[in-house]
Amino acid sequence: MSFMPYVAPEQMMKDRSDYAHKGIARGRSVVGLEYADGLLFLAENPSATLHKISEIYDHVAFAGVGKYSEFEELRIAGIRLADLRGYSYGREDVKARDLANAYSQALSAIFTQQMKPYEVEVLVGEVDGSAGGTAVYHILFDGSVTDEQGFVAMGGHAEELTEALRERYEPDWDLATAVRTGVQALATVPEPREINDDQIEAGVLDRTRAQRRKFRRLPADEIAGYLT
Amino acid sequence: MSDRLELPSGGTPFGASPSFVELLRRERPEAVPPLTNADTAALSVPHGTTVLGLKYADGMLMAGDRRATAGNLIADAKMKKVFAADDYSAIAIAGAAGQAIEMVKLFQLELEHYEKITGDRLSLEGKANRLAQLIRQNFPLAMQGLVVVPLFGGFDTRRSEGRIFYYDATGGRWEEDDFQTTGSGSLPAKNSLKKRWRPGLTRDEAVRVAVEALIDAADDDAATGGPDPARGIYPVVLAVTAEGAEEVAEADVAAGVAAVVEGRSR
Repeated sequence: MSFMPYVAPEQMMKDRSDYAHKGIARGRSVVGLEYADGLLFLAENPSATLHKISEIYDHVAFAGVGKYSEFEELRIAGIRLADLRGYSYGREDVKARDLANAYSQALSAIFTQQMKPYEVEVLVGEVDGSAGGTAVYHILFDGSVTDEQGFVAMGGHAEELTEALRERYEPDWDLATAVRTGVQALATVPEPREINDDQIEAGVLDRTRAQRRKFRRLPADEIAGYLT
Repeated sequence: MSDRLELPSGGTPFGASPSFVELLRRERPEAVPPLTNADTAALSVPHGTTVLGLKYADGMLMAGDRRATAGNLIADAKMKKVFAADDYSAIAIAGAAGQAIEMVKLFQLELEHYEKITGDRLSLEGKANRLAQLIRQNFPLAMQGLVVVPLFGGFDTRRSEGRIFYYDATGGRWEEDDFQTTGSGSLPAKNSLKKRWRPGLTRDEAVRVAVEALIDAADDDAATGGPDPARGIYPVVLAVTAEGAEEVAEADVAAGVAAVVEGRSR
């Protein structure tokens, strides 16, 4: 028979929280920025194929930081939920808020019930007809959700990055300015440095896009064009 | 059918299934129609009629008339039977309309779901094979009279050319070199294309040839609806090229119809 020593619940939660924090702080960051035509997600990502930013549904996008296998699992679960919802009801009934709630519930259950919490944070973003319809939800490893306005940073050095964004951010940026300034902010942590163009991953939800699917992954040459 | 795999040791899932249809069967089995022994052939449900696909210089083009019939009644004079399946492919349907539209919806979702899960588009070959499997799954209903026989085509971005596939009710899949028709008016439409189609048609010529084949089908087949300028009912024509799938503007289709009518007036 195995013997489990008594651990106070406060201590258990603190240990798990520290563990998750450490895992997330090791990884690089993602920022989300509202710009004139919608929402931009920017990530520092040395891989061109293992994405941190992805499409979930017509108006909804996803970004994850931390452990790849874990946020990839959450991403796939999100796409499945959205596609099933859209099929069962209507395409316009798929909402970022529902997805954020689903992620929150799932992460909260994992945090309290499983051996090891997920070492991830995710963003769920949505654009709707007008500028007022933009929403970004930031979900932490323990399931807590915040509704972000304007800009948001997550991952390693999220606090410094948020500060860097706060100094620079203006609503109504065009896409080029948003990409350029977002990358400038990413390059301030952990200490000021250069980031190569090919290390940047970017995706937008562009509400002015004619297609039903508003998500677009920015190709490398377009990003390079904005950064020169 | 399932492509959910597990590791041999202890049932750990291996790989995420990129299939929406499989997800639907697993999570919402009630959404998939149950098999019955009822004679559904006796049901008077709308049937879609003539659709065609042909290659032209820039890619391929699909067109369909707008009529749906239920027995001897016209169930719908403006039904759409040609759809973009994704950015680079199109599907046109003939047969039991309710069943067929649902199959199109599932097929569109299947392609989009795959693209989102894997981050890559399926190859045109892969899309054509997947559609064959969907038709095969419909086979029990086809045996009871709810037959769906689509045409599928698109622009193969790897080969840089338009391609057309056609199917039978059992899920058999064949690739066509030049053009293909399906539905109740398929015979007169095919004969028309045989006379007028040639390699390397321009877009305007291709629209005209397609429209003319549908007019010929409507001449000889009671279930196929001809263009009706008085009520503004024109065939749906969809072109798929290297730039993507795009519906041909109604004005261009109307111009094709006018040219055909003009050529035949005396």
